[in-house]
Amino acid sequence: MLHTTDVSFAYRGTPVLHGVSLQVHRGAMVGLLGPNGSGKTTLLRILAGILTPAAGRVAIDGQPLALMTRRELARRVAVVPQETQTTFDFSVLDMVLMGRYPHLGPFALEGAADLEIAKEALAATGTAAFEARRFSTLSGGEKQRVVIASALAQASDVLLLDEPTAALDLRYQLEIAALLGRLNVERGTTMVVSTHDLNLAAALCERIVLLKQGRVIAQGPTRETLTAQNVRSLYDVDADVTFHERAGRLTVVPIGRAY
Amino acid sequence: MAFGTLAIAACLFAPLAGSTRIHLGAVFDRSIPYADNIDAQIFFVARLPRVLAAALVGSALALSGVVFQALLRNPLASPDTLGVSAGASLGAMIAITFGFDFSLLGISAVPLASFAGSFGALAIVYGLSAARRRGTSAIVLLLGGVTVQALLSAVIAFVQYLADFTQTFRNVRWLMGSLDVASYAPIWASLLPLALAWSGFATLPRALDLISVGSESAAARGVDIERAERVALVSASLATGAAVSLAGPVSFVGIIVPHLVRLIVGADHRLVLPASALFGSAFLIGCDLVARTIIAPLELPVGIITALVGGPVFLWLLLRRV
Repeated sequence: MLHTTDVSFAYRGTPVLHGVSLQVHRGAMVGLLGPNGSGKTTLLRILAGILTPAAGRVAIDGQPLALMTRRELARRVAVVPQETQTTFDFSVLDMVLMGRYPHLGPFALEGAADLEIAKEALAATGTAAFEARRFSTLSGGEKQRVVIASALAQASDVLLLDEPTAALDLRYQLEIAALLGRLNVERGTTMVVSTHDLNLAAALCERIVLLKQGRVIAQGPTRETLTAQNVRSLYDVDADVTFHERAGRLTVVPIGRAY
Repeated sequence: MAFGTLAIAACLFAPLAGSTRIHLGAVFDRSIPYADNIDAQIFFVARLPRVLAAALVGSALALSGVVFQALLRNPLASPDTLGVSAGASLGAMIAITFGFDFSLLGISAVPLASFAGSFGALAIVYGLSAARRRGTSAIVLLLGGVTVQALLSAVIAFVQYLADFTQTFRNVRWLMGSLDVASYAPIWASLLPLALAWSGFATLPRALDLISVGSESAAARGVDIERAERVALVSASLATGAAVSLAGPVSFVGIIVPHLVRLIVGADHRLVLPASALFGSAFLIGCDLVARTIIAPLELPVGIITALVGGPVFLWLLLRRV
């Protein structure tokens, strides 16, 4: 449902993406892997319509993003950033209700329907218990779940997540991964997740896209694409990729730098 | 609601209080001809314009403060942060020092020059914001604003250096911020830029909520960031310019009123904006009342009172946050 064709982008003359083409099907969970500076975040910004590509096309269900208003776009695509910091003391419910912005007119207040959608999103992310708490008093993992709830309240077709677990400890990483997996299975939410955590990608994503220096070097089903050879060419790291019986999925154990 | 009541009460009570006692009954007593009714003359000529000016200036500064704090994602931002009030001050200093002596629609040269100065500063700030491409943070705008402010302050110092003794006295007095408004003409004149600013503010509350959480996530939720930032910058600058040209740079109103209001109503700008406008009015009317009466019959510049009240309150807020 989300397509890019030959997308290129440059920040003030510095090229970041070169001819990136990818397809995200409805209900899919796609992992975006690549070293720092490979263009993952830029690609997500382009998929969200926040950046306009210098060349190439981005379309959702065949409709080019360039022809949509910000509000229309936000009803189709939601974004979860790596970290969210508030300047003022919003409550958790306030934060989730902000997801309703693209569905409301400029002077409209949230109605009962919006409140119900927000509460449902809180329940789906296991954050209903602290709806009245101040967002700033939550732990990192709780904050990230609330931000995901806010994105769910946006009721978009696609969720783009930019390293959603990068700032979290092991327990919260697993918690967010489990939450995303559940949302994908139970609600059929289409997701694109960028991450540095290869094991998270292996656990969560049925397809992965490998990005290096702004080019897609490989994409396909995780089982076939997450290989020792690809990890080496992506990160210059020697790693063992093996099927872990107890986990029931591929696991990546980095051994050392490959020169 | 409570803020509205407070603002209305302040508007009603303040004109009656002052160095000379007057009676409301006598003010509206039709049996006494206006020319002989001293109570009515004090009420309508000396007090009412001043209270109305305080209400307008207080609300304009408080609203601009709210908008700048959200836009720059910085709780320490104020109407002075982007240099608009320094621009307005420079305009006034030039008019006083070089003895401009003209008037337009009954408004004298100093407020006119001051408003023109605020427009000059606004143009610089607007240029900064236009040059600000995506990926550049609010920090750039903030640093740019602080730089513009420092530059303009240097030019103000230069102009003051050229002034003679009496002009310097007037300059210093003007910079203290005073609501010495004794006619309705400047109030009427300020209503035009203020009305433009208010209609801009009216479109902003929800967008400001989202922008204060992060401009990129706001964009992803459907906020037209560039348009919202433009409207916010221009409206807040217009309001600040109008307020400063009316009363001089009255300090602290634009920074503490939004914080006090947020303590009471929370962070939602749909409440914070109107509540700040009302509380800003009431606060400045109250401060001006103190300024007029505390060493009556002498009248202190209201800027001294707002700083004396606002400074300690703001320090308390800062310490409370840590």
